[in-house]
Amino acid sequence: MKTTLTVNGRSHQVEHDARRTLLDTIRDDLGLPGTKKGCDHGQCGACTILLNGERVNSCLCLTAMHDGDDITTIEGIGSPDRLSALQKAFVEKDGYQCGYCTPGQIMSATAMLREVSEGAPSYVSGDLDGAALTDAEMAERMSGNLCRCSAYPLIREAILMASEAET
Amino acid sequence: MSVAKPLPHDAAPLHVAGTARYVDDIPVPAGCLHLAFGMSPVAKGRVTSVDLDAVRAMPGVVAVLTAGDLPHANDVSPSAHDEPLLSDGTVHYLGQPVFVVAATSHLAARKAARAGTIDVAEETPILTVDEALAANSRFEGGPVVWTKGDPEAALEAAPHRLTGSVKIGGQEHFYLEGQAALALPQEGGDMVVHSSTQHPTEIQHKVAEAIGTPMNAVRVETRRMGGGFGGKESQGNALACACAVVASLTGKPVKMRYDRDDDMVITGKRHDFRIDYSVGYDSEGRLLAVDFTQYARCGWAQDLSLPVADRAMLHADNAYRLDAVRITSHRLKTNTQSATAYRGFGGPQGMVGIERVMDHVARVLGKDPAEVRRLNYYAEARAEGADASGGRFSAKVKGEPGKKLETGDLASRGAVEVESGPSGSRRYGGAYSPKPQGGNTTPYGMEVTDFILGDMTERLMETSGYAARRAAVAEWNEGNRLLKKGIAFSPVKFGISFTLSHLNQAGALVHVYQDGSIHLNHGGTEMGQGLNQKVAQVAASRFGVPLEWVKITATDTGKVPNTSATAASSGSDLNGMAAKAACDQIRDRMAECLAGLFQGKPSDVVFEGGEVRVGGEAMPFARAAQLAYENRVSLSATGYYRTPGLSWDRVKGAGTPFFYFAYGCAVTEVVIDTLTGENRILRADLLHDCGTSLNPALDIGQIEGGYVQGAGWLTTEELVWDDTGRLRTHAPSTYKIPACSDRPDVFNVALWDAPNRSETIYRSKAGGEPPFMLGISAWLALSDACAACGPGWPDLRAPATAEAVLAAVKRARG
Ligand code: FES
Ligand code: FES
Repeated sequence: MKTTLTVNGRSHQVEHDARRTLLDTIRDDLGLPGTKKGCDHGQCGACTILLNGERVNSCLCLTAMHDGDDITTIEGIGSPDRLSALQKAFVEKDGYQCGYCTPGQIMSATAMLREVSEGAPSYVSGDLDGAALTDAEMAERMSGNLCRCSAYPLIREAILMASEAET
Repeated sequence: MSVAKPLPHDAAPLHVAGTARYVDDIPVPAGCLHLAFGMSPVAKGRVTSVDLDAVRAMPGVVAVLTAGDLPHANDVSPSAHDEPLLSDGTVHYLGQPVFVVAATSHLAARKAARAGTIDVAEETPILTVDEALAANSRFEGGPVVWTKGDPEAALEAAPHRLTGSVKIGGQEHFYLEGQAALALPQEGGDMVVHSSTQHPTEIQHKVAEAIGTPMNAVRVETRRMGGGFGGKESQGNALACACAVVASLTGKPVKMRYDRDDDMVITGKRHDFRIDYSVGYDSEGRLLAVDFTQYARCGWAQDLSLPVADRAMLHADNAYRLDAVRITSHRLKTNTQSATAYRGFGGPQGMVGIERVMDHVARVLGKDPAEVRRLNYYAEARAEGADASGGRFSAKVKGEPGKKLETGDLASRGAVEVESGPSGSRRYGGAYSPKPQGGNTTPYGMEVTDFILGDMTERLMETSGYAARRAAVAEWNEGNRLLKKGIAFSPVKFGISFTLSHLNQAGALVHVYQDGSIHLNHGGTEMGQGLNQKVAQVAASRFGVPLEWVKITATDTGKVPNTSATAASSGSDLNGMAAKAACDQIRDRMAECLAGLFQGKPSDVVFEGGEVRVGGEAMPFARAAQLAYENRVSLSATGYYRTPGLSWDRVKGAGTPFFYFAYGCAVTEVVIDTLTGENRILRADLLHDCGTSLNPALDIGQIEGGYVQGAGWLTTEELVWDDTGRLRTHAPSTYKIPACSDRPDVFNVALWDAPNRSETIYRSKAGGEPPFMLGISAWLALSDACAACGPGWPDLRAPATAEAVLAAVKRARG
């Protein structure tokens, strides 16, 4: 079947099997390997992308269901010579070790910072009208992105640095 | 100077932009085939028939192979040649590869693999320690026994005695990047393999055997791994060999990547252990005699189990001087995944044994476990200066270069001579052991000359406020019925070197180009530990140039041959030294040339700040390189290093297996919910010894990550097999590794800043594995919290899942 997607601002038409996931479409059909496959089960967050601005695990999305949707992958956030503030913060704080979870962490954090600024509450927020980015909020909101190297302390510092730069 | 600066990883901008390439990201040529294994549905038996017609009929299938179709060796073992790539007609664990499918896409191969029918005449599998003991199913003839002093007599004479047992679970590596390999056939039958491996030379060797060529026809390249942790030391062999065989049969490029569930079902994990102990001690808590029996569940094939079990024995003392000790090690063969290397390589399990003993003794005596630990420490090293340069090696024996190993697999840690046969306890030690009874020696007779834990403990006790917090925890517990806190201290002393002495060597290749840029290659592999960065720092500092001038390229068996696995925490120790040797040769040649041109002395030529100064003249490094080139000076060199002073007899359990020890200590505070067993880490204070750190940022990252991974092993990470031998925890949905929210709320990490007494690269110390064992303090803190619930001995097992904590709370309440 055929699906039209806008990925990082460019429109693509892809031919695919009905059960193809967005993750496979992005990596294999569109040749954008920055989005990683850690588990293919929706459990690790390595495949996080922005779907119409919201963060999702692309391994849990069927391409067929996203005709006309707008997708941003890590490649659309910045390039090695033009990094976003968050990407720069990850470099500055050394927010990774092996790097395999990093694209997912950055995609997830990009959306998370926006969610916080828009006042979306989380499971640990005391108030349904939103909350500041405390340590507990960050831990909760980023808990869907596993890092086996456990670079968590520096990942959190990097996100904090980027959020402070923003405000 | 580029050494000892907190610099980010190499390739940092690539990582954050998603352009750092892993094996699965390499663009493949058109026509690339993809592989998937068909796996045994049962844990033990004889294969009666394999029906693959349905597999062949599936869309996209190009070839299906069973053992009979393999043109050459059917073996992916790193040690005893007991691990066929595809079943030889018998199956030994549930998940063992029986056939391999090659298809036009990854998905097509996986779907087709499911269509096969494998009939097996089932036999009763051996799954547990007790079943293996009853069936006498083991590797090596019988248990290995090392003895120091006379433990029997000392036990008899001790005023107090206790016995106990602790179960220690295994651990799935869960490298975020699964196993992957890509084989590209070349002209004349040669093969290039990209592999996500910690051991490119091993892959090269196994692939050469599998396609029937000498090693020089196979080139293996590893740019980086998305995590390894030991799980990519031998477990990548199967994928690389399968790809190479299909590539050589079809002439097509071939790729294989395990799906996560397949990865967890097929590959080996950390060995789970049961350790029984019987201890004699005095009323202060001083250990007078210890008798350990370690039971390691090794799985179906030998893999690296013998050296893993050895290392568990080598760390049965941890930081404590034991004068009368016996360690008995059973290496049990079971019908489960073949357990393999995992960060610490058996050391953590051995250490949990003695830390458990310390805890048990302190509880019975009603003493602060930290005090009991300190009381039993090895003697502190003499003040720095008196023994500053690792002088202990002068008196030691040299290696035994004449001794050859039978196996052809020399570069593997599994390369040991093995005897298997009927059981019968073989006893070494006693008359065979060295006689250093009572000296500051380990149970295997190595003198501990660099012990610094006394001072480190003192410092950490102070900075963590241990005494006051322990009192506060006790007070808090008085006032809280449902929640209980616990706090614990634990030390780490970890031996650095491969215990198979000949693996302690490394090579490097350095080129300086005429524009002054530097190309560096070494035998180590990058898996996130920052090895490339550290080695590049060494090169930059030797030439006195900024780090950006040094390019580190993928590990390549065609550039540096006969490498050891990047393992045993040895990466920067070995490769840093090899790179230094290569750089120094080029530097000396340049100095000699320039001294001649500018009327100076070679020894006065200075390489610093991107410049070279000679005889009053200063020029940019690039100009110096150009001059050297024009004067026909070779600007390329190989460097080589071997660790001095090692000698080790693994059978007797005697000698100097380690170059030095790395130290660390930790205090962890936890809280448990006594109704549910749920728990969390409130605060962790770590103090770790990296010698003179080459790169404090990278080392701190390793320490934090190691602690969290170690704590995960002992708390949430539980592997469950059912009674048919099926691994039930084969995905992250059922196997819980630490998440961002599991990191301690307060996390203080500090480096103990003192140079290594042994002559290592810039006096640094290895940091990959040792901090993993700092996580033991989290488990001990949970035990402390359980103990606060009542007078009974909580007998907490590992991992201390919520369920285990709840059971321990019940036992404490009595
Ligand atoms: S790959 Fe999608 S969540 Fe793990
Ligand atoms: S950096 Fe390795 S998994 Fe996160």
